[in-house]
Amino acid sequence: MFPTAIAVLQLLPLDANGVASDLMQSAVDLARSGLPSGTGRRSRRRVPLWLVIVAIFVALLALLPLAFIIWIAVQTGWETVSALVFRARVGELLVNTVLLVLLCVPITIVLSVALAWLTERSNLPGARFWAWLCVAPLAIPAFVHSYAWITMVPGLHGLWAGVLISVIAYFPLLYLPVSAALRRLDPALEDAAAALGLGPRRVFWRVVLPQLRLAICGGSLLVGLHLLAEYGLYVFIRFDTFTTAIVDQFQSTFNGPAANMLAGVLVSCCFVLLGLEVLVRGEERYARVGSGAARYQQRTSLGRATGPCLALLVVTTLLALGVPFVTIGGWLAAGGAAVWRFDEIGLALGQTLFLALAGALLATVAAMPMAWISIRAPGPLQRLLEGCNYIVGSLPGVVIALALVTITVRIAFPLYQTLFTILMAYALMFLPRALVSLRASIAQAPVELERAASSLGRPPLQALWSTTIRLSAPGAAAGMALVALGIMNELTATQMLAPNGTRTLAMAFWSYSSEIDYASAAPYAFIMVAMSLPLTWLLYVQSKRMAGR
Amino acid sequence: MKYALSTLVGATALAIILLAGPAMAEDDGIIVYNAQHESLTKAWAEGFTKETGIKVTVRNGGDSDFSNQIVAEGAASPADVFLTENSPAMVLVENAGLFAPVEADTLAQVPQDYQPASGKWVGVAARSTVFAYNKTKLSADQLPKSMLDLADPSWKGRWAASPSGADFQAIVSALLQLKGEAATADWLKAMKTNFTAYKGNSTVMKAVNAGEIEGGVIYHYYYFGDQAKTGENSKNVALHYFKSQDPGAFVSISGGGVLASSKHPKEAQAFLKWVTGKGGQDVLKTGDSFEYAVGKGAESNPKLVPLADLQAPKVDATRLNSKKVTDLMTAAGLL
Repeated sequence: MFPTAIAVLQLLPLDANGVASDLMQSAVDLARSGLPSGTGRRSRRRVPLWLVIVAIFVALLALLPLAFIIWIAVQTGWETVSALVFRARVGELLVNTVLLVLLCVPITIVLSVALAWLTERSNLPGARFWAWLCVAPLAIPAFVHSYAWITMVPGLHGLWAGVLISVIAYFPLLYLPVSAALRRLDPALEDAAAALGLGPRRVFWRVVLPQLRLAICGGSLLVGLHLLAEYGLYVFIRFDTFTTAIVDQFQSTFNGPAANMLAGVLVSCCFVLLGLEVLVRGEERYARVGSGAARYQQRTSLGRATGPCLALLVVTTLLALGVPFVTIGGWLAAGGAAVWRFDEIGLALGQTLFLALAGALLATVAAMPMAWISIRAPGPLQRLLEGCNYIVGSLPGVVIALALVTITVRIAFPLYQTLFTILMAYALMFLPRALVSLRASIAQAPVELERAASSLGRPPLQALWSTTIRLSAPGAAAGMALVALGIMNELTATQMLAPNGTRTLAMAFWSYSSEIDYASAAPYAFIMVAMSLPLTWLLYVQSKRMAGR
Repeated sequence: MKYALSTLVGATALAIILLAGPAMAEDDGIIVYNAQHESLTKAWAEGFTKETGIKVTVRNGGDSDFSNQIVAEGAASPADVFLTENSPAMVLVENAGLFAPVEADTLAQVPQDYQPASGKWVGVAARSTVFAYNKTKLSADQLPKSMLDLADPSWKGRWAASPSGADFQAIVSALLQLKGEAATADWLKAMKTNFTAYKGNSTVMKAVNAGEIEGGVIYHYYYFGDQAKTGENSKNVALHYFKSQDPGAFVSISGGGVLASSKHPKEAQAFLKWVTGKGGQDVLKTGDSFEYAVGKGAESNPKLVPLADLQAPKVDATRLNSKKVTDLMTAAGLL
């Protein structure tokens, strides 16, 4: 739903040659090379069976929504399926969705690369400050961006409005990886190109840009997936995509076949994006090889271009942060004290925090076995299982929720409308985020400690607990924070699955703004942004640290 | 220090889980699946709880998703009471045999016109279809005489509606009953070319007010509700009542029913009785919902055009077919 900082963490595995994965790889290599090969093989076999079983169970659970869509399609019968899928309305939605992706992604790429280059490689005044401002829009849920814009320009609607707001809401998803990649580049390559006679522009095109390919591909995939999954943003500006149409159908027929078939088409769109990304990304390695450390990069002097470049940053910041803050502030001022219904807000805040924390805990615990196996005993099975989790993590919340509603209502009724089901939906949706942070921190915990603990007589689980699990706690905490942030701003799945009497901040915001009571919605928007800001700051700091600066 | 901080954060998180978790669990009392406006049902629930001490947990949603949801849940439905904005959703649940008969005392509080002969549910409020138009863009003589006129090519690009909402779907179900399937399908097809889709009736009115569009088919109370607040989204809006038994003069009955599967049937029946009785109907008169009161002898808000003057067409609420409507609208590409 929400662009989320978090999602950026998903970039790490996509950005396969990035520092984090390098770290993991070297940790794994270290563990292997230090031992005779026989021991290495035996240590791989020593993966406790129960861990594998748990990991397989989690992956199967993650595949449930997909299996469900196929099952419904089979049950519905081909004739009905084709009548529901091959109709003019689906064509319209497909055109809308495809146009949205085709327009937004290139614009976002150009904008983010420009901003990243300016903040990382030029002598722009206040570059660090601007860099933080380029990440900060992540703290604002996409539907709050839209709410702000519709207040500012009431008539805004349609494709171009969708493109404008989507680019503004999602460009940090690309900016973060691109700026991190730019920061890590070894200037020696650029020097070599320049020495061979290329001008600065051609150096950029032929040396710098190709090295950003992985970051751009990964970031674009994320932006694309968010475009497919977003609901609230497009409702405000009356732009229909598959996700809004699925919710419309859900509201008209609950779990009717039409909604499920639309979900099937949406899932196919996600797969197309995933496939495209793999194709475009290629298999080339861009990592720096050689001894010693890369030297610091020279910042390019902007000279007379400083003015226009600063203007680009000022305008972007005004659009991405100015508009939301001014409108939320405006509505808060207009609403006065009356909109701060503290009993209602307090209850919503409590419930939101509870769902966020419990969901984050569940996602982290569920990710633990997989993360451990992927570091300690990687192999084809592990890659397959991990792939399952990432694929499901890329599915829109509305699809997962629709699947879980139907499954619980038809087969597992005792779980229907329970806390368990909604937490499970959150865990499925945000598992990749927990997985990525965990993996990175487990990779940094030496396996020797586990072995030492075992040889000192601890049973396997206890050995794991007293070494690796404790050492990976900071990473787990960071992952949990990011999952919690995602849950806090989740809307569609929460509405469909929440237990009776639940009203989260996002739900309250949505209910007020659908009755166009924008003033009463403002405190909820304000609280959501205020709670997300520190987490995006964390993300910003982390991305700096990863690049070693 | 670092350890102390992380312990503090962990302890806070744990405290939130322990404290807020139980608060989310349902305790005794009834569960209402509420498709009515949140604020109206909130006022009803609070009034009822104050008088009887029975706790009411409200789950908010829409007519259509709840009615289909109750059918999917079947006998295991957690809901005790179902409140809607329109009748088709009630009919759907009634036809699935999931309602318990409403107590005679409750039925006696509401005139025959506002309840089905079966006695399986009862009207709790009513609303009238209107054509809300922008006063600066349309004069009285340019208004459509009938809702059916909006299918005319001359209305292309000039009117709006919220087709995904149950409100508009109820209006279509009345049209279906009054004019038949072929005429309805044709009208919907023309609508697809002529109209602009918005999400929610309030949004339609806001667009009409801003002059983005000349008029829209919505219900009456959005206008009065906004006028009672700031009037910001309705200052350029006027309402046109079609009257003359036109399909566009359809008065939709909001219903309430007790589920046969209710685990608290006594409390659920008491709630329905309260809503249709003096307490509940007074909320309609004095509150800011501006829906029509339907109880015997109950008065609606004096600002409204009296219900009796609306010349609504005679529609049999028990035959409103929501499934057929969504199918027709899906076929017309509106959903």
